[in-house]
Amino acid sequence: MGYPHPPDPKETVVLSQYFGDAAARTYQGWVDRGGYAALRKALAMTPDAIIEEVKASGLRGRGGAGFPTGLKWSFMPKGDTRPHYLCCNADESEPGTFKDREIMRWTPHALIEGCAIASHAIGAEICYIYIRGEFTEPLKIMQKAVAEAYANGAIGPNAFGSGRRIEMVIHRGAGAYICGEETALMNSLEGKRGNPRIKPPFPAAVGLFGMPTTINNVETLAAVPHILTRGAAWYKGLCLSSPKSTGTKLFSVCGHVLKPGNYEVTMGFPMKELIYELAGGLRPGRILKAVIPGGSSVPIMSREEAEGALCDYEGIAEKGSMLGSAGFIVMDDSADIVYEVYRLARFYAHESCAQCTQCREGTAWTTRILERILGGEGKPADFDLLLELSEQMTGKTICVLSDSCAAPIVSGLRKFRGEFERYLKAGAGDHTAT
Amino acid sequence: MTDKLINVTIDDIPVSVPAGTTIIEAAKQAGVLVPHYCYHPSLPSPALCRMCLVEVEKAPKLMPACVTEVTEGQVVRVQSEPATRAREAVLEFLLINHPLDCPICDQAGECELQDYVFQEGRAGTRYGDYPKRFNPVEDFGPDILYVPNRCILCTRCVRFMDDVAQTPVLNVSERGDRAFIGIDPGQRLDHPWAGNVVDLCPVGSLVSKDFLHRARAWDLDKTPSVCPGCTQGCNITIETRDAAVVRLRPRPNLEVNRHFMCDQGRSDYRWMNRGDRAEVPLARDGSRSLPLDWDDALDRLGALAGQGTGRVVVLASGRASLESLGWTIRLVAGREVTAAIRVPLGDEAPLAGVPDLALRRERVPNLDGARLAGYSASWDDALRGVDGAGLVLVLDADLAEPEAARLARAGTVVVLHSVDDAQLAGASLLLPVTTMAEENGTYVNRGGRVQRFHQARPAPGLARPAWWIAAEAWARAGPGRVSPATAAEAFTRLGETIDALRGLTYEDLGLTGRLLAEPPPRSARRSDRPPAPSAR
Repeated sequence: MGYPHPPDPKETVVLSQYFGDAAARTYQGWVDRGGYAALRKALAMTPDAIIEEVKASGLRGRGGAGFPTGLKWSFMPKGDTRPHYLCCNADESEPGTFKDREIMRWTPHALIEGCAIASHAIGAEICYIYIRGEFTEPLKIMQKAVAEAYANGAIGPNAFGSGRRIEMVIHRGAGAYICGEETALMNSLEGKRGNPRIKPPFPAAVGLFGMPTTINNVETLAAVPHILTRGAAWYKGLCLSSPKSTGTKLFSVCGHVLKPGNYEVTMGFPMKELIYELAGGLRPGRILKAVIPGGSSVPIMSREEAEGALCDYEGIAEKGSMLGSAGFIVMDDSADIVYEVYRLARFYAHESCAQCTQCREGTAWTTRILERILGGEGKPADFDLLLELSEQMTGKTICVLSDSCAAPIVSGLRKFRGEFERYLKAGAGDHTAT
Repeated sequence: MTDKLINVTIDDIPVSVPAGTTIIEAAKQAGVLVPHYCYHPSLPSPALCRMCLVEVEKAPKLMPACVTEVTEGQVVRVQSEPATRAREAVLEFLLINHPLDCPICDQAGECELQDYVFQEGRAGTRYGDYPKRFNPVEDFGPDILYVPNRCILCTRCVRFMDDVAQTPVLNVSERGDRAFIGIDPGQRLDHPWAGNVVDLCPVGSLVSKDFLHRARAWDLDKTPSVCPGCTQGCNITIETRDAAVVRLRPRPNLEVNRHFMCDQGRSDYRWMNRGDRAEVPLARDGSRSLPLDWDDALDRLGALAGQGTGRVVVLASGRASLESLGWTIRLVAGREVTAAIRVPLGDEAPLAGVPDLALRRERVPNLDGARLAGYSASWDDALRGVDGAGLVLVLDADLAEPEAARLARAGTVVVLHSVDDAQLAGASLLLPVTTMAEENGTYVNRGGRVQRFHQARPAPGLARPAWWIAAEAWARAGPGRVSPATAAEAFTRLGETIDALRGLTYEDLGLTGRLLAEPPPRSARRSDRPPAPSAR
């Protein structure tokens, strides 16, 4: 990654090649760097050919679920006369994750190009880019870039003279974490309360405004132009471990590292190198305690698990967690796991949409129990209660927000039980619950 | 849905249901209740209460029964260990913020939260000493209070207003455990059908001001009936405490009113409890009133009806039952008769989301039944006919002062009345009758559906159903006549004079009624069948 530090030789810069290069933000600057060639090429291809190419590349969703992108596109009904929609999920609100923000800040046209190609592939004439409300700078840059793309005929009623209509609408969110969930995002776009919808029906059948819809993450769409210009085989070849995880991935590393930031490495890169070399390692005299690898919604990894893990979908799953959005929250031995778990639970309790009972009441209740433990008022029975509540909050609800709250609690209790028990013995710790 | 039947097994009970049926409905067919809160058959299902999670064989996790459609060979377990544990957890989550105010809550005794917690909830709390969520009571509308502390956020009320009333004034406000049901700024919950949200609320969160603290649910007697408010004929339950009607509620009938009734119908019950009732048969002799026993009174009525001369005018209430209307006509059969019911008119108020359901302009329940029995709605014509008529029969009709005065122009006036009305003092015979809440009978709604209503409270004094009075008098007016002894018999024998009712019995009508246009019921076909050949 080229910003704010020069790329490390171990990085494979594809998406982040022009990070820090302000000239790449303009339409002409982007064209000068080879931009929009992929879109011109795509417009000359049939949608099926594009989908096949993306399928062959092995590209998987970068939003967290890791669903194969080409396969998702192929679910869109063919030959029907209804409008199709593409949604670009730029509501990046996962704690510890800041990769989409940089893509939009530095290479807005990469995203626009990816959106246009995807729109063509799925037969959509309108693409909605749903940007997180707090992203004021990326919003302005994206708005300017979309206007430029229209002005240069890259998108619009007749994209590059191909006869294809590709419109792009930027929608700004209003600050709800849950609107990053795909069906909640669609409700929000429709002007409704951002509540996740029950699936099935899936968005490809009944999506935005009840029409067939595909929704992709920013990073996923930004990777598509590279696949078209350099070929699926090249992308598939970017793989250090499991052949099911291909290409490059932006890893947002934050927390107790000396050089927090985004690092783009090939799938299967060792997590140990990522943390200790690329991200500069820990502060002197500190040792690694834990890593939450997928934003905050996945199980916590212990030091042993983290140091032995390979950074791809399978490698992290093998160590009992999930790659998720690949926002690594690194904690050294100064971190208080009980407090961290409490802080995450409080976040989910605040952001629960209030639909499902387990989530609405469970996130708040677990937060209170953790608060009680932190305050030195915990009881031994609280641990079992937390585990039992977490079990009932997992796999029972419409979306996975409640599962996300339970995951750090369960893994924290399993892997760092001693820290919890210390609070029972010693009373309130350094961090007082606020 | 198609005609194709799908075979599933629910808690070891095999059942076949049409393709497209949800598990929760299929379970009903199997006689298995899947506990639920947000699901309601007349509302869209958001699957958010997560109470109806059931175990489906081969599914990786518990499935919401309210939105999961059955598939061939599916094996569903409602009472399995994971499913019951999940329900217990949902109940525990719901209770942590639910007040223990059942003793002062109107819903207690008919509360789905109370019922399910009693069935399979935890006895103790693990929540500890945390204060429960508190929000003040809100005044939502003319008859509706919102008690947010009891709310379980099932959103039935929101969906009713959004999708059924199509007047979206309710919403879910706030997020997480701070959420509550909000009403849009400047709005009131005053839609003509808004009262249904009180019935839909599974707990005591939306309560009726009218019913507030009026009775405990377990003290109520419930009687199936038909709303006497308009020609729609919504099926209702009359709820009485001791003998007093305290509440009317809709009774499900998918063909007529689904699960709903309008606020007008719901609130119009106080007349059923009136204290100033006619209780004794009276004969007028000059300025004196002479109390009669029924034997004497019926002899007099039989004589007036059977032996009198001149035209007969019948002025009837629109609330009179089909039996009463029919037997009154039969009483004066053979004479020149003008019969009419009074039909008050009002504004039509449809329920947008349910086709063919509205509070109708014609505010009587039995207009079609009256027509069937030979009555018209030309009230004024009939009233003009009073002048010089030989006999005027007033069948519990509300008469305005000039109308009552006009009766003096007729030869003889007989009044069958439920309310002691001084204006009718000029009548020569005044007979006390029951109201529809105090008798068994039928109405025919605007769609031609004959529907039964049942006696919900005792008749006051000596009051009798009008059909009984008319039929008894008819039996005394001619030789060899036998009067019906019960309402059921009175109804069946209407078929002797009204072709459309031939062969119909109360049993054929059941609790949801029967369309007159439907093919004749089995009992009628049997009697119509040609005699079997006597020799083989």
